[in-house]
Amino acid sequence: MDIKDIIKDENVIYKKSAVLTDNEMHYCPGCTHGVVHKLIAEVIEELGIQDTTIGIAPVGCAVFAYDYLEIDWQEAAHGRAPALATAVKRLMPEKMVFSYQGDGDLAAIGTAETIHACNRGENIVMVFINNGIYGMTGGQMAPTTLQGMKASTCPFGREPQQDGFPLKITEILATLPGTSFVTRQSCHTAASVRKTKKALIKAFKNQQAGKGTSLVEVVATCSSGWKQSPTKSNDWMVENMFPFYPLGDLKDE
Amino acid sequence: MAKAKGAIVVDTVKCKGCELCMVACPTNVIVMAKEVNGKGYHYSTPGNPDACIGCTNCAVVCPDSCITVYRAKA
Amino acid sequence: MKELKLMKGNEAIAHAAIRCGVDGYFGYPITPQSEIMETLMEEQPWLDTGMVVLQAESETASINMVYGGAGCGKKVMTSSSSPGVSLMQEGLSYMAGAELPCVVVNVVRGGPGLGTIQPAQSDYFQSVKGGGHGDYKLITLAPASVQEMADFVDLAFELSFKYRNPAMILSDGVIGQMMEKVELQPFKPRMTEEEIVAKYGDWATTGRTSNRKRNVITSVSLDSEYMEEHNHKLQAKYKACEEDEVRYEEIMCEDADYILVAYGSSARICQKAVEIAREQGIKAGLLRPITLFPFPTKQLQKLAQSAKAMLSVEMSAGQMVEDVKLSVNGAIPVEHYGRIGGIIPSPGEVVDALKSNFIQG
Repeated sequence: MDIKDIIKDENVIYKKSAVLTDNEMHYCPGCTHGVVHKLIAEVIEELGIQDTTIGIAPVGCAVFAYDYLEIDWQEAAHGRAPALATAVKRLMPEKMVFSYQGDGDLAAIGTAETIHACNRGENIVMVFINNGIYGMTGGQMAPTTLQGMKASTCPFGREPQQDGFPLKITEILATLPGTSFVTRQSCHTAASVRKTKKALIKAFKNQQAGKGTSLVEVVATCSSGWKQSPTKSNDWMVENMFPFYPLGDLKDE
Repeated sequence: MAKAKGAIVVDTVKCKGCELCMVACPTNVIVMAKEVNGKGYHYSTPGNPDACIGCTNCAVVCPDSCITVYRAKA
Repeated sequence: MKELKLMKGNEAIAHAAIRCGVDGYFGYPITPQSEIMETLMEEQPWLDTGMVVLQAESETASINMVYGGAGCGKKVMTSSSSPGVSLMQEGLSYMAGAELPCVVVNVVRGGPGLGTIQPAQSDYFQSVKGGGHGDYKLITLAPASVQEMADFVDLAFELSFKYRNPAMILSDGVIGQMMEKVELQPFKPRMTEEEIVAKYGDWATTGRTSNRKRNVITSVSLDSEYMEEHNHKLQAKYKACEEDEVRYEEIMCEDADYILVAYGSSARICQKAVEIAREQGIKAGLLRPITLFPFPTKQLQKLAQSAKAMLSVEMSAGQMVEDVKLSVNGAIPVEHYGRIGGIIPSPGEVVDALKSNFIQG
């Protein structure tokens, strides 16, 4: 069939979600944030919850997440998204609430808010982007930076005696009785993106079912911070991040 | 003769030339344009459109939602 | 129905919160204000009014829960004492920036640091000058009785929603812990989402319905021109507050040669000091600011035309005295008297300070 005959409205099988705004994302080329934003938009569209969902944006590269999804948003102070989400959900239990945080936000400055929201079993979805680096401030060491991995505040590689060890916060959260679904996913291939979307759907459905906290970690790339092209960053992530942060469900109750 | 089952349309203005779609394409449809767009990126474009099978992989991995995918109904 | 009861100031805050239709309280225990959350937990308002009460993991979490609740257009509050309120400064700055209403109660204790659990008024600067980063103010109410502890909850919410800015009830360990009779206001139902929209506008994050664009609660912008404009807007609100919301009480100021300026528990001590001074033939009066921001600047200016001197009496090393001096602007002498570290001055001490500063010298 001629391509002109294929490109017709009735033949569309994949297009930009209507929940995404028309704003061009400020993220660097190849940034995983864009993919996860898109997935959340698709999940919200497919579950028909655009009018009832409130997103909590972090501090970090995703601070302007609210520019990209056509839903109500609150922008939190650094690390405090789970505290905001706690109150939003408790005051409006009929609404859908998710927080969106990076590794510095969720696993360093906001560790207390993260652990206690999960431990209370707040009925929310927490999305956690783990790329092992502070992207927005220019590539500093994150709590999840791998041993030996270089960052601007560990220029010779993370050294545990000086810098401490990378924190597997997701493993910690999986031990808490308040969490019902804890999973670690990625977006480096089309198949993995589709799996991440399934995980997000499950997380949102868990909230609808009142099952407590669902945490979806996405091991992500930061090509600017890692100083590699987006495609090479994916390869580096597979080789280096996945052995320490293995993919899969840690808990599904 | 063209035997394409699928087709893609890239928003070349929004594309940031990250090449993730090119890598994700199982049939090597996508190339990066020699020209640059308004942002200065070598944008993604279907250089070998006849090979498109409409699998949506390129669009699924695109961080900027630049790609619309079409597939002919059997 | 109004009810007359005997209770602590802290307890009065809790009962008033339930009665004026507060949607949520988020707190963390700290002396000398723990009775506020204890009373709320005892009362279990969630069974009657649906009010949410939650003990958070820290004051940082409490104030950010308040941010989240306020962003939904709800009447939400927290309470703490000085060290805890220091931890809340981050959230308060964000709320002022994002133009969110809330009520924060500070039952002040002596500092700095962990300080003491005894009463003090040494958080005046932190309360009325902003406290956190950036150019902002907190609407600050200073109760001087258990009755005012109760009454100011509703008033603080009214002002905070009117100006979409956090309001603080700046109390202290004396007012929080002492028992007095208090007349509790009748129950007011919590507002529905529709009532909130009708009364305060459609800015809250209650879910983006199809008839409006998304609402975003945020304090960030990288556009400096927008940020300057936004800051001017905040300043205009504070100006309007200064024009319209000043509240104070005057006791025997009309013919007074010497004006004591004091708020909260110090004002109660000064009320007695005025009596003692008058018995000794010294024409003293008391100006009690009820709002610390906005400060009763104009009234002090007016009094400075007839009085000979002013004494700012505070349980601090001298904080409000700076605002009294700025108000009087050199027209008459202004001095400070205070005890610090958790010591409460006696009325006699205040009279002595008045004499040593202005009369015997």
